[in-house]
Amino acid sequence: MPEIRNMTLNFGPQHPAAHGVLRLVLEMDGETITRADPHIGLLHRGTEKLAEYKPFNQSIGYMDRLDYVSMMCNEHAYVMAIEKLLGIAPPIRAQYIRVLFDEITRILNHLMWLGAHGLDIGAMTMFLYCFREREDLMDAYEAVSGARMHATYYRPGGVYRDLPEQMPQYQTSRWRNDADLKKLNEARQGSLLDFLEDFCVRFPACVDEYETLLTENRIWKQRTVDIGIVTPERAVALGFTGPMLRGSGLAWDLRKKQPYDVYDRMDFDIPVGVNGDCYDRYLVRVEEMRQSARIMKQCIDWLRVNPGPVMLDDHKLTPPKRGDMKGDMESLIHHFKLFTEGYCVPAGEVYAAVEHPKGEFGIWLVSDGANKPYRMKARAPGFAHLSAMNELVSGHMLADVVAVIGTLDIVFGEIDR
Amino acid sequence: MTEDKAQALVSSLREKLGASLLDAKFDRGELTITVEPAAILKVCTTLRDDPKLAFRQLSDLSGIDYLSYGKADWQTHDATSSGFSRAVSTFAEIADTFEGGRFGVVYQLMSIVHNVRLRVKALLGEDPPRIASVTEIWPVADWYEREAFDLYGILFEGHPDLRRILTDYGFIGHPFRKDFPLEGYVEVRYDPEKKRVVYQPVSIENRILVPRVIRDDGRLPPKPAASDKTNA
Repeated sequence: MPEIRNMTLNFGPQHPAAHGVLRLVLEMDGETITRADPHIGLLHRGTEKLAEYKPFNQSIGYMDRLDYVSMMCNEHAYVMAIEKLLGIAPPIRAQYIRVLFDEITRILNHLMWLGAHGLDIGAMTMFLYCFREREDLMDAYEAVSGARMHATYYRPGGVYRDLPEQMPQYQTSRWRNDADLKKLNEARQGSLLDFLEDFCVRFPACVDEYETLLTENRIWKQRTVDIGIVTPERAVALGFTGPMLRGSGLAWDLRKKQPYDVYDRMDFDIPVGVNGDCYDRYLVRVEEMRQSARIMKQCIDWLRVNPGPVMLDDHKLTPPKRGDMKGDMESLIHHFKLFTEGYCVPAGEVYAAVEHPKGEFGIWLVSDGANKPYRMKARAPGFAHLSAMNELVSGHMLADVVAVIGTLDIVFGEIDR
Repeated sequence: MTEDKAQALVSSLREKLGASLLDAKFDRGELTITVEPAAILKVCTTLRDDPKLAFRQLSDLSGIDYLSYGKADWQTHDATSSGFSRAVSTFAEIADTFEGGRFGVVYQLMSIVHNVRLRVKALLGEDPPRIASVTEIWPVADWYEREAFDLYGILFEGHPDLRRILTDYGFIGHPFRKDFPLEGYVEVRYDPEKKRVVYQPVSIENRILVPRVIRDDGRLPPKPAASDKTNA
């Protein structure tokens, strides 16, 4: 009888289901996995080291590029850390705008996750459906910041500018006839808030549509139920946060437990799972999208009736108005100092964490009183989740690895930093 | 965390940890304790298992290098007679003479039961710095410790598999140390003759556009970090 040996299999880094650049060295016993060793770092850019060499505000753009499917939530943690060090709080309208865009970001992230996860384990249509709604939210990003992804919209002391009065519309082009154009621009006749309100009305029906495709789907259930089970105790010990922790049945959400900005004024529920498997985590995330739309609606209603400043009026920290700079010497000096040297932050250290779509995203920021951070450390939720990979897939089949990678919702921008 | 809650936590920590607790500081609503590095395993076990503390989750573990703490490129107090430099300093020259705890390991702990965060810090003097691994206490520490080893060269004794994690296979040095230059030492390119990727010394040099300055000229009065929730 020939000798039977375990086989070592390389999964990735160039594999469509590796969600970026994951290299997974799998030790296989037949088709069963005995050990999984993820090799990461292929996207390591040294963001934290780069931040030490830049004034505080210039690193906001790097935050977008950490988890590049939930850009504004990363920014949020970073500007919150700076604000905490400075001892300032943004105006209330800016806090509402941040909450609104955090929830837009959450839906963006979960749609990307749902589409890619579906595609990985055989549900092709999901990807197309999800990107249809993502497009509208990307347009909202573009309307406020000018960029569809890397917004750099949140700033210490508020947000960069107020919401636009007019939602940008599609223009005529030779590839689009008038009827299509009219349909595309139908929801874009009013302000950004009108557009988003229309989205909130439309969106629950879209989620229903996703659910009719997946929730009771026999193939979907065969691929996800009882795969990658984590008990609540083990999830805490493994450093799980966000939907990974809630999927195991622990109702832990920083938006409720340690509310930041105006989350304490929002009315929403925390969905939790029961079994802690991939299917429960899917259900949790789908319900989170519905809850996010609910929070968005509350923010929109408040923002409609409460105009006000969106940035602190302290020009040692925030830029003066363009108009003032033309006529006022002091504003010009403020602008010059702010965009060259930046501002010095009092010495100290803080840890600011937000409920990022993937879990707890935290920034540990140390300042020695200079205009650049002394040390910046991003606590990426995906890093802790991926480190449990071995435990999650050991004993499962090779095909389940893809389901587990999908359920971890990993993005290499934040894991490798 | 409020001041009272922090006081209560500090007094119970003093009682539980005894002489291992070197310092406790409450700043901006966060509590940081500095502990004896030799006693880290005992301290962490107590922090996790004591029902009054119950820090069952390790949110984050990271290294820090205090080599250039408080050092700026330009002077800001007096006028200079020699002009301003190009502000390119690598701190390599002071690395040999640095005294005291140059490296630190920082544990961000979270108690889900009590909804409290705590930062535990251990300062390490020698080079290479050594500290016991906490992977037995919090399994998530596995990768965090590998990262701190990779980036700072901190040796975690008792770690089951202390390999590099973020840097390239075969990387030399610990890139997040303050005496490691930002642009690094080597770069990679594809060599069309050898038909493979080759390493060569870096061809770029670090340009500092904004020098690091420390100003304490009262531009920012230390305001209390009160939450601005009343102006709605």
